[in-house]
Amino acid sequence: MSLLAVSNLTKRYRRGGNTVIAVDDVSFYIEPGETLALAGPSGSGKSTIARLVLRLIEPDAGRIEFEGNDFLALRGAMLRARRARLQMVFQDPLAAFNPRATVARVLDDPLRIHGIASRAERPRRIAALLERVGLAADLAPRAIHEISGGQRQRVAIARAIATGPSLIVLDEAVSALDVSVRGQILDLLLDLQSQERIAYLFISHDLGVVRALAHRVILLDAGRIAESGDARAVIDAPQSAIGRALVAAAPRLKRTTQDAS
Amino acid sequence: MSALASIHDLTVTYRRDGNAVAALRNISLDIVAGERLAVIGESGSGKSTLALAIAGLLPASSAVCGRIEWPGSGRPPLLGRDIGFVFQDPSVSLDPVMTVGKQIAEVARTHLGLTWSQAYAKAKTLLERVRLPDPDSALHAFPHQLSGGQKQRVAIAAAIAAGPKLLIADEATSALDTIVQAEIVALIRRLVAEDGMTLLFISHDIALATELAERIAVFRHGQLIELGTTAQIVSTPSQPYTRALLDAHIGLDAAPLLNRAGLHA
Repeated sequence: MSLLAVSNLTKRYRRGGNTVIAVDDVSFYIEPGETLALAGPSGSGKSTIARLVLRLIEPDAGRIEFEGNDFLALRGAMLRARRARLQMVFQDPLAAFNPRATVARVLDDPLRIHGIASRAERPRRIAALLERVGLAADLAPRAIHEISGGQRQRVAIARAIATGPSLIVLDEAVSALDVSVRGQILDLLLDLQSQERIAYLFISHDLGVVRALAHRVILLDAGRIAESGDARAVIDAPQSAIGRALVAAAPRLKRTTQDAS
Repeated sequence: MSALASIHDLTVTYRRDGNAVAALRNISLDIVAGERLAVIGESGSGKSTLALAIAGLLPASSAVCGRIEWPGSGRPPLLGRDIGFVFQDPSVSLDPVMTVGKQIAEVARTHLGLTWSQAYAKAKTLLERVRLPDPDSALHAFPHQLSGGQKQRVAIAAAIAAGPKLLIADEATSALDTIVQAEIVALIRRLVAEDGMTLLFISHDIALATELAERIAVFRHGQLIELGTTAQIVSTPSQPYTRALLDAHIGLDAAPLLNRAGLHA
């Protein structure tokens, strides 16, 4: 049984007098411990799918099964409980967190809200989470806005794993990081996956990273699945028009100086 | 190989919370007339401060030592006329309540002494040159009616409206998706060649820089650590940091990070 099974998902927006179909009859699955990437140009629907899967927005049609349950039918306490298993990391953790909070507060919230650790136990759990993502425990009292972007993204990952999720949605989670930091965060994500068997829904516009990190990829175009399959097979030989355009547009290290043409 | 701009021992210091922070330290660099020069670096490298210093856009609170000379001209360059500047985010750099046509025409009218009707005609020609679909109706459009890529085309049209010698693009494609980024890079390349402009291309993306630039300057912590032709920088970098930046690029030919054997175990 798949960890996540999405069938015929559709989301329309009304903009002015027009209806925009942001996600159009999309179906896919994710297995435990697997990384599925969603890639595509701006407006292709990849972030809308992420928000639908997280139930930050509701679909117009379709079905989402998560850990064997009808995820769209969950309400109230049942939904909150299940959300502990489905976490998220966004592109900009400064926008995702209360900027006045401390690192400890950001990690304390999920432990408290989901009843994972008692008040007395939480400082030790927070220290362990920080250590798990490669941060020093003495970072805990620092304010979120004081630490570096790479440290903040590690805190975001620590927050996501605090509730013991089986799936983390990573929406452009490494896109805003310096390349030297990006490599370390990717290593951390891979380590967590192999240790905890966490699955990732990895949303990215960067085909190089997708190819290196994901097991499978779905290429989206205008809300529809244009192509899907093994990440390396798809990116090495794209069959769809959007796949070929994305591959052609990916920046490549050029070894010789090109003349203007 | 004459220098369009000669930067000598440039140091720029910002004041932040009562402390002085050096954003650039003792930078000496020639920008050769007609070249495409990329300046690359990570956050805090000083690359954007260099662009702002050259364009004369540093905040008044910054302290500047050293000098920038413009050997080919008897006067300091004027932003808009001699230097065109394209910023990262056109939804911020364009005026949201002014039509696209007027924003471009205003540059031409201010710096070229054209009448409004001449300036609008020039704006229409520029919109055609940056390949905006339907230039006639785009003249009367507001920025919010355009896509991100189209807005950046408008910003480029405004930047080159007065025929500047130097075009500075500061992370001008970083907010765009990969396909639009490639289109904008191709557009910049074509316009620079057609008008004989010098290009200063500021980017965090070393691969993108190698696709566009003839020379690359690598910045780190406010210092210029390496400068060379694109081929030298890519093939025989002298600095370990440059090598690390090259190694950190995850291209379409990179070895997979993933241990596939671990799945479903």
